[in-house]
Amino acid sequence: MISYLEFEKPVAALESRIAELRAAAEGDDVDISNELERLEEKSADLLASIYGSLTPWQKTQVARHPMRPHFRDFVAYIFDDFMPLGGDRYYAEDEAIVGGLARLGDRRVMLIGHEKGHDTESRLRHNFGMGKPEGYRKAIRLMEMAGRFGLPVVTLVDTSGAFPGVEAEERGQAEAIARSTEACLALPVPMVATIVGEGGSGGAVALASAERVLMLEHAVYSVISPEGCASILWRTAEKAPEAAEAMKVTARDLLKLGVIDRIVNEPVGGAHRDPRAAAGALRDAIGEELDKLLRMSPESLLRLREDRFLGIGDNTKARRRAR
Amino acid sequence: MSWLTQIRKSIPFGRKRESADNLWVKCPNCSEMLFARDYEENLFVCPRCDHHGRVGADTRLAQILDPGYELLPEPSVAEDPLKFRDSKKYADRIKAARAKSPHQDAFQVALGAIEGHKAIVGVQDFTFMGGSMGMAVGQAFVNGAKRALEEECAYIVFTAAGGARMQEGILSLMQMPKATVMTRRLKEAGLPYIVVLTDPTTGGVTASYAMLGDIHIAEPGALIGFAGQRVIQDTIRESLPEGFQRAEYLHKHGMVDMVVERKSLRATLARLLDYLHPAQAA
Repeated sequence: MISYLEFEKPVAALESRIAELRAAAEGDDVDISNELERLEEKSADLLASIYGSLTPWQKTQVARHPMRPHFRDFVAYIFDDFMPLGGDRYYAEDEAIVGGLARLGDRRVMLIGHEKGHDTESRLRHNFGMGKPEGYRKAIRLMEMAGRFGLPVVTLVDTSGAFPGVEAEERGQAEAIARSTEACLALPVPMVATIVGEGGSGGAVALASAERVLMLEHAVYSVISPEGCASILWRTAEKAPEAAEAMKVTARDLLKLGVIDRIVNEPVGGAHRDPRAAAGALRDAIGEELDKLLRMSPESLLRLREDRFLGIGDNTKARRRAR
Repeated sequence: MSWLTQIRKSIPFGRKRESADNLWVKCPNCSEMLFARDYEENLFVCPRCDHHGRVGADTRLAQILDPGYELLPEPSVAEDPLKFRDSKKYADRIKAARAKSPHQDAFQVALGAIEGHKAIVGVQDFTFMGGSMGMAVGQAFVNGAKRALEEECAYIVFTAAGGARMQEGILSLMQMPKATVMTRRLKEAGLPYIVVLTDPTTGGVTASYAMLGDIHIAEPGALIGFAGQRVIQDTIRESLPEGFQRAEYLHKHGMVDMVVERKSLRATLARLLDYLHPAQAA
């Protein structure tokens, strides 16, 4: 059963009408196929038109949709094999950040990403995708290993942010994030990061400091959540829609700003309506990017990555990396 | 303005030349009234309770560097790239901050010496929009590091920030990897990168260049952390332990090498440079 967002209510009404008609027509002689077809077309058009002009705040809700495909879904649909590796070797295994060896077609890669979970039990186990220092330190360990064994690094970013808690601070959340960012920048192998849902602040950057940063069409990426920004600058979280608009959190805005390199389109109605199709498009995009990068020397990869970040916000050269 | 201040302002005082306002200051911690000149001579540390007051960039540079240092020009970056507006326009907020400051943004860099040891010193200025990290701060940090590479000398950075500059949105977030590119280059060049964490250092600044030093020094009592205390309390509903996110707490938990009183900072830095980069004695 799909769960509808507030702005999808008109579609929900149509879809439930279609379901009713279909149920009523069962065993009945009256031919309503024309009516059904008409309604289905109307519903599809409506969905396309709503999703064609989502506001930044609506996109934020799509990015956070409980049925949106998460790490485990992408693993299932994109990768041909996955061997999870656990632990940071210092303190614990943090399941908010998952990583391991994976195969993408005939390419061997190190896959790392946030996992939010899909039901109460798994959400708690994965801490809603909010990583702790040990999660970021595991990511560092896996990236360093990837560098040694010549495995390109693929990351899937999906977090509201790093975990804000007493123990996380105690164990050096800031240091872990900083070192993870540093580990990305030091990789002698290709790195392709994709913001698949929420790209929340430092907790996202720590896994997204790559030379190629992709973003799913309805994903969002920002320095602080719209609610957080609104409560600081507008002094009320209710202004989150305005904050989302002002901060430029959508893929299209970020492509223009040179912060991401490529938008991966989602099925009409969002990735949650057809996770397999969404994952298929992402699989193709990641594969293409990796193949381009795999031809480059470690030195050129490092330089490309460094220049990418040094160039952001550089007034002297108007960067246009769009291809 | 409260009714009390209004009344006080309306009462004419005999001598206006040296008003009580600039002769005396109140310690923000223990509320002791301090003779302003004594407070300044004591490096803005309260002689009674040892509270380390916040100092601006110019004061800090003068306290740390030998006389005759050179202030480097501030970077030119895209202004208000998002055309951001909350209750006020960001363009107006930054204009107001500049009117109150001798500088254009919150990070100043100087080339000078500390007890004869050549160094580039960067100071993040909390008095300028809470020291928040936007493109100007990130670029100034980068420029300081570049200059240290050119001069083949140490880079010392005093951090102070409420966090990222939200009005620059994602571009402020991008300063984290950007600054980290440079800390890596310093490391590769074998040049010391020393961070002095001052009150307060939080958010994306802590989670990037503030935690990547060869040496981390913190000023006593400085608030240092990633997440804000209110955020932690609101989302987690945990009570915060005594001294949480203070310099001494970070020292206890292994995140900083030492907590150093302001009066000993200059000598401590010189001693460190003597160990890490003795060839640079000017």
